[in-house]
Amino acid sequence: MREITIGQYIPGNSAIHRLDPRTKILITFAFMILLFVIDDFTGYVFPVAFIIAASILSGISVRYMVRGLRPLLVIILLTFILNLFLIKGRVIYEIGPLSITYEGLYQGTFMVLRLVLLIVGTSLLTLTTSPITLTDGIESLLKPFSKIGVPAHELAMMMTIALRFIPTLMEETDKIMKAQMARGADFSSGNIIKRAKSVVPILVPLFISAFRRADELAMAMESRCYRGGENRTRMKKLQMTWEDLAAFIATGVLAAGCLASRFLW
Amino acid sequence: MPIIVKNLTHIYMPGTPFESVALQDVNWTVEDGEFWGLIGHTGSGKSTLIQHLNGLLKPTSGEVIIDGVNINERGVNLKEIRQKVGLVFQFPEHQLFEETVEKDVAFGPRNMDLPEEEVNRRVKEALELVGLNYNEIKDRSPFELSGGQMRRVAIAGVLAMKPKVLILDEPTVGLDPKGRDEILREIVKLREEQNITVILVSHSMEDIAKLVDKIAVMHKGRIVDSGTPKEIFKNYQGLISIGLDIPQITHLMLRLKQKGKDVATDVLSVDEAEAEILKVVRGKGRA
Amino acid sequence: MAAEIVAEGVCYQYPQAADMALKDINLRIRKGEFVAIIGPNGSGKSTLAKLFNGLFVPTKGKVTVDGLDTRDRNNIWKIRQKAGMVFQNPDNQIVATMVEEDVAFGPENLGVPPEEIRKRVYEALEIVELTEFAQKPPHLLSGGQKQRVAIAGVIAMRPDYIILDEPTAMLDPVGRKEVINTVKRLNKEEGKTIVLITHFMEEAVQADRVIVMDKGRVVMMGTPREIFSQVEELKAIGLDVPQVTELAHRLRRWGLKVRGDILTIDEMVECLCPLL
Repeated sequence: MREITIGQYIPGNSAIHRLDPRTKILITFAFMILLFVIDDFTGYVFPVAFIIAASILSGISVRYMVRGLRPLLVIILLTFILNLFLIKGRVIYEIGPLSITYEGLYQGTFMVLRLVLLIVGTSLLTLTTSPITLTDGIESLLKPFSKIGVPAHELAMMMTIALRFIPTLMEETDKIMKAQMARGADFSSGNIIKRAKSVVPILVPLFISAFRRADELAMAMESRCYRGGENRTRMKKLQMTWEDLAAFIATGVLAAGCLASRFLW
Repeated sequence: MPIIVKNLTHIYMPGTPFESVALQDVNWTVEDGEFWGLIGHTGSGKSTLIQHLNGLLKPTSGEVIIDGVNINERGVNLKEIRQKVGLVFQFPEHQLFEETVEKDVAFGPRNMDLPEEEVNRRVKEALELVGLNYNEIKDRSPFELSGGQMRRVAIAGVLAMKPKVLILDEPTVGLDPKGRDEILREIVKLREEQNITVILVSHSMEDIAKLVDKIAVMHKGRIVDSGTPKEIFKNYQGLISIGLDIPQITHLMLRLKQKGKDVATDVLSVDEAEAEILKVVRGKGRA
Repeated sequence: MAAEIVAEGVCYQYPQAADMALKDINLRIRKGEFVAIIGPNGSGKSTLAKLFNGLFVPTKGKVTVDGLDTRDRNNIWKIRQKAGMVFQNPDNQIVATMVEEDVAFGPENLGVPPEEIRKRVYEALEIVELTEFAQKPPHLLSGGQKQRVAIAGVIAMRPDYIILDEPTAMLDPVGRKEVINTVKRLNKEEGKTIVLITHFMEEAVQADRVIVMDKGRVVMMGTPREIFSQVEELKAIGLDVPQVTELAHRLRRWGLKVRGDILTIDEMVECLCPLL
């Protein structure tokens, strides 16, 4: 479980790392939408170029990002296969009742490319933005909506605490699993019911520990005078610079390219 | 059932930016019935090493041989190995999960598919081995016990599997002096009664010095020294240079020796120091 | 206004508990002092700590911090700013995913302006000697380092009193030393009042004053020398004494002329040399 590296923040001080998190979040959203605007292969030139440029600027190789796709390989393959077999059209090859069509091959490749770009694009956000900065960005972007009842501060605090405790709880899960395995527990064999039952010795201690942690954390926060978002100040204030402006301009170019590929060509 | 560790190397997350070498070319032999202390500061590789001894971790290279069998070979029944080599983790009370103490202690033996009668017999025996009254405690929820009791229930959960080798990782951490002494007393008793091999991982040099026959010292993923407590604590400069301590009482004797006093320095407990000082004082009185 | 923490006739009963966890506690912690509270598990020492900054309110009697009564909810934030608290489990008191952000958490809650927060955070990190870890995620730190982060988080709130509830119980010897050295420095150099709850006698020995608790009561109070020379009494309630203190005690029983209030190796060497 520890070995999943997809999207895990890599500290650095590149131009991309330095961007305001709000910029990165907004651009990532724009990027995701634009991927769905594109309707043929030539259109992909723009997002691919965008990713390569961002990768060079961030100092994180495309190869590293693509390696992060491995855990999602099943989903990607499934997408390809479903498209390949289910789309009707000109038949290229037949295996029993299944047939591969030209359209299926085209659509399958097209969808896989879209999926890969989607994952790589979003992972670029989390690879270059520390979770805490990301949370600050989300809090700041949501703040205008707190007037209409969006609990921006509370959401951000929950995210921060969740992020803070993910590594701790992962470590704990690993430890509890090993402790039960040392008592002869077996998590990998038997039928579904047996397997489902076998997680009880992990889940119960994990829940108990999570509740104990929550209790202690609440007490620690209280003794550090935490009383919600009101009158609270922050040490770090988010600030946009000319680099953010440049990033928005680059995104504008990307958008123009994608839109042109769809509506003009 | 000797344990032989041969050229054991373990690397965490190889090939990623998070790669780290936890064990490097470790060689170690634990003979039947020995009582080992494994010392080293946090991050020296102790936990990684003991998790190899029952196959919870797989070596990157090297071998772990138990009873003449390389436990990482294909076809080896790891469940059986884990029954033979019982491992009690740090804060073992964090693994408790059943509604009653009895059910929790029975988890291990039940996983071994033993007949119900045998399971019950073992649960009873294990609880009594750790100094708990079976009839009083069996139906209570493990979560309403005191910290020290919870820990003993958790240890009983491993003992109920009747291991031939018992490994305990910091069994006394977080306990008060009384709780600590109780657990240590039970470990000694257990060893005497059941004649099992024990490996005790501990930061407390006082406890280690009092209890074990042999010590292995770990530093930066290697075993850098091993021998009897007297041999190990003789090299106190070496220990201090890698951030470890020696018992306060041993330290005292070394200081007296440095002052030119003719005292033995291979003293490991207050009892021994008391005897030694009395001997020297009386010898001087006679002279 | 008196600059001290005072407990007068304090009793405390946990909700749904049959017995009182604390029974008639009377004590005074003066500004600038370094007080250690020792006692076996379940003696009520952690409960007492939580009464000092208003996390718990006495069932009977009262606790005041610089004259502010903890029962008055209007005082509560002022009291918590004055009396900072460090807990046992280093993992369960760190809120943020980066060291400097966590240290900033307290001052942020107090509404301190951003520039001032930054100044305080870096001062605090300097005091606990963790400046180079400012940007690190806490889960990559050792136990001792995490506890120092927690201490820095308290210092950044500029408290007068720092209450540490078994801060070393879960640490290895290296971590324990780090924390105790930091605590001593806070007392000696920063002039903070320290209340250290512990079951390690080597740590209690370093305090100005030791309070011994058993079964919800204060059973002994005095300088470390006064307390630790009572070897039998301490053992009777399940506590330890340092090995050299015990040795001195035993040698005295054999009629050797050794002081009974020895606490350190140096003192013992000095005492024994003329005899050998």
